[in-house]
Amino acid sequence: MVPLSWYLMFAAALFSIGLFGVLTRRNAIAILLGVELMLNAVNINLVAFWRYSDVMAMAGQVFAVIVFAVAAAEVSVGLALVISVYRRRNTVVADELDMLKW
Amino acid sequence: MTTELLIWLIPLPPVLAFFLIVLFTNKSKALSHSVGVGAAFLSFLGAMIVFVRALGVEHLGEHPFESSIPWLPTGETWLEIGVLIDPLGAAVLFFVAITIFMIFLYSVGYHNFGQPAGDHDHAGLPPHGATVHGHTVPSVEPMYSRFFAFLGLFAFGMYVLVISDNLLTMFVGWEIMGLCSYLLIGFWYGKPSARNAAIKAFMTTRIGDVFMLIGIAFLYSVTGTLSFREIFNETTLHTLASVPTGVLGLSAAGLIAVLLFIGTVGKSAQFPLHVWLPDAMEGPTPVSAMIHAATMVSAGVYAVIRMFPLLTAGYEGHGLTPEMTFVAFIGTFTAIFAATIAVAQNDIKRVLAYSTISQLGFMIAALGIGAYVAAAFHLITHAFFKALLFLGSGSVIHGMEHGVLHTGNHKVDPQDMFNMGGLRKKMPFTFWTFLIGGFALSGFPLVTAGFWSKDEILADAWYHHHYLVFGTLALAAFLTAFYTMRQITLTFLGEPRTEEAKHAHETPWTMTTPLVVLSFFAITYGWVGIPEKFPLIGGIFPNWFHDFVGHTLAEVPKAPEFSWIPLLTSIVVALGGLAAGYFVYRNVKTPAEDKLQIPVLKNKWYFDEIYNAVFIKPALWFSEVFVSKWMDKGFIDGILHIFGPITGGVGSAIRNYFDVPIINRLIGDGSADATWWVGKNLRPIQTGRIQQYLILSLIVIFVVGGLLYFFLLA
Amino acid sequence: MTAQQIIFMIVAAYTIGSGLMVVTTRNLVHAALWLVSTLFGVAVAYALLNANFIAVVQVVVYIGAIAILFIFAVMLTRKDMRDSGPQMNKNWWAGALVAVLVFAGLAFLLSGWSGFRNIAAELPAEFDAIGLLGEALTSPEAFVLPFEVASVLLLAALVGAVYVAFNPRSDKK
Repeated sequence: MVPLSWYLMFAAALFSIGLFGVLTRRNAIAILLGVELMLNAVNINLVAFWRYSDVMAMAGQVFAVIVFAVAAAEVSVGLALVISVYRRRNTVVADELDMLKW
Repeated sequence: MTTELLIWLIPLPPVLAFFLIVLFTNKSKALSHSVGVGAAFLSFLGAMIVFVRALGVEHLGEHPFESSIPWLPTGETWLEIGVLIDPLGAAVLFFVAITIFMIFLYSVGYHNFGQPAGDHDHAGLPPHGATVHGHTVPSVEPMYSRFFAFLGLFAFGMYVLVISDNLLTMFVGWEIMGLCSYLLIGFWYGKPSARNAAIKAFMTTRIGDVFMLIGIAFLYSVTGTLSFREIFNETTLHTLASVPTGVLGLSAAGLIAVLLFIGTVGKSAQFPLHVWLPDAMEGPTPVSAMIHAATMVSAGVYAVIRMFPLLTAGYEGHGLTPEMTFVAFIGTFTAIFAATIAVAQNDIKRVLAYSTISQLGFMIAALGIGAYVAAAFHLITHAFFKALLFLGSGSVIHGMEHGVLHTGNHKVDPQDMFNMGGLRKKMPFTFWTFLIGGFALSGFPLVTAGFWSKDEILADAWYHHHYLVFGTLALAAFLTAFYTMRQITLTFLGEPRTEEAKHAHETPWTMTTPLVVLSFFAITYGWVGIPEKFPLIGGIFPNWFHDFVGHTLAEVPKAPEFSWIPLLTSIVVALGGLAAGYFVYRNVKTPAEDKLQIPVLKNKWYFDEIYNAVFIKPALWFSEVFVSKWMDKGFIDGILHIFGPITGGVGSAIRNYFDVPIINRLIGDGSADATWWVGKNLRPIQTGRIQQYLILSLIVIFVVGGLLYFFLLA
Repeated sequence: MTAQQIIFMIVAAYTIGSGLMVVTTRNLVHAALWLVSTLFGVAVAYALLNANFIAVVQVVVYIGAIAILFIFAVMLTRKDMRDSGPQMNKNWWAGALVAVLVFAGLAFLLSGWSGFRNIAAELPAEFDAIGLLGEALTSPEAFVLPFEVASVLLLAALVGAVYVAFNPRSDKK
């Protein structure tokens, strides 16, 4: 009897928390943690929509599965990058990685 | 070819010669003089044909050769110009054609055609001789072709004046001759004296021309026509004579006649505008002959003769009208005035110049007292013998220059009579022809033309009781004979006084032939005008001249009754003057011995100095100080100089108050600074920190999304 | 308040609380561990939504692989084991603001949607979620292509990660 709105609000809250983490954390890995939270929130949204509309249409779950795969890929590459950057510049503080201004 | 067409064609060859020489044959001397002399010959031929035909016409005065074309449209009517040969015109055409042709021929020899080019000759200066085999010989004139071109133009002007039937083309010819006299007097433009003389001639005649133009304009405004035949018909003259103008109490006819006469005063060098003619001797001698005998000064007298009906409108036969008195006074005064100056001149050409002025005075005086035929007669005879005398003097000067080149002493003036003497042996042709001319000028009885014409003037003056005029002219005639004999004695008689005179020799045939031809006319022309009542020979030949030329006027003037007094007076003054001249000067060898070298006379009664002080200097002051310095530089330039600072001020104001602060600083620098400031302040956004980029982009998305949502979707 | 709702609220509170801890704790290892707990909570939420397979996959993939990966990465990028300095950057208030705004925006938008208060439909009997999912993932009429592409993506990520993080120790002597 849980209304859809609860799941959506829940997912929205989780997403906002993840966004907050992405925008404010200094450590690059902590940023990636925030990204993970956002992806999970998205997944919850997807599955909730699957469940609360036509159950036979598997598109929701398929999408969630794909998101899993993507998240995995993204996290591995991201962490590889962070490690590579750490080796180069001996820091993982996001504020110090500011060469994007050129 | 009809006579009218021929008349139109007469002026054409000389002007064609002018253009041909100027444009094409300039470089070749032979070609230029051939063109020039050929043209003069063609005009001469045409003039002779016309003259002969004119002689054959009954009553040419009533049915002259005339032809006119409508030329200038003036509203409803046309101003017509055309040609007219009545008896006066035919007679004048005769002598003009002969003298012009003779002068052209003479110029070939005068300018030493055939001689080598000079050693140091420059265009613009008289030729100075060339060295050939160690001898100095006369050299050819460097500007030879130019001379013939100018002569052609001059001849054109004179022919136009003679054949024209209206005042407009007559004035055109008048002015062309004025221009040519300027060009030819200043022919040797390298000499400052020649340049000044040319300007003087032009300026002085211009003064006369202005009044003449006013007269022409006035005439046109009153009558609406400029054609002689229309002006001189009875009703027009009567109207003109009766309309008062309010100027000095003259009628319209009188005022016009006086104004036109002033033109003649300038052109024919009467007092007070006589000052240019002696200076005009700076030109080459053929020019002097042309200007002062054959053509230009004669044109002045011709104009007055033409205007005779206008001048004498209102004249009943006794009691001169005011305008006639004025004319007679000027003429008589000039005659005696110039004669007094001539006796004190040493330059051979100056004597002739003053003599010309004096003789013109005779003609003007004759017209003033109403002696139409006498004036015309004297005009024609004077043209012949004066041209003869001038050309003869040119021959003398040439001979003297031979001597100067021979001795190499260039300080000797070849024109000074006191350097001459005994030239009768060296230059026989010149001597005999000069003698004939001089006797004609003096009025040697019976055999010279001058006698007949001068006698007629004196007879007319006596007959009409103008005793003052008679006496003055007689005195002037005495002086004329005196100075003429003085001239002949000093130049030809006696023994050579200088080395140069010893080495003079006769001039070539191109120079002596015209002298012979002219002397023929100087003798014979008088015999066409023998008065009917002359003792012994009076009735043998009819007075052809009187009948022919007299018929030009509507009323043929009556020949004066014969009286012994004027005849005897003429003979006495002529022979007496000649004798006096010979006896006084036969023993005079230097100017110091010449008792008549009175300073006042020698200096031409100081008229040049008076004019200089009264007219020239004030005019120069006016132009240099008043107009140039005060008006032009001071006032007008001052106004302009005010504009300078004003413009400068406005310009600086615009620059300093608008351009620099607003456009340069505010807009130019301002936009640059603003851009820089915006850039500077926007740059910190680009930190390279992703989180800040994210925050910024999310905020913008929010703002834009919110705006879109609330304004478009909601 | 049904039991489902109560369970949901507990699970949601737990998950959100863990999430908050993830983003606020100073110690990075703690953050990673808090992430594990959050992921667990999410898995339970999946289970509540009858997406059993997804719940299990969540545990296996996310917790078993990704979280572990995080812990490895944290350990590999520390000069020492202590966290020094602040863990929030200086614009944390802007980030907080944005997060709040996002949440508010989402809430606002979603609440305007008609299906916002739907109730879950009953599952049909004999509902074979896994079988259906399998068919969906491999059926040409369904989503086999995204499935294969996802595997290519994983391959690419694998190769890329290895390449990026490769430490050529052979060059350093």
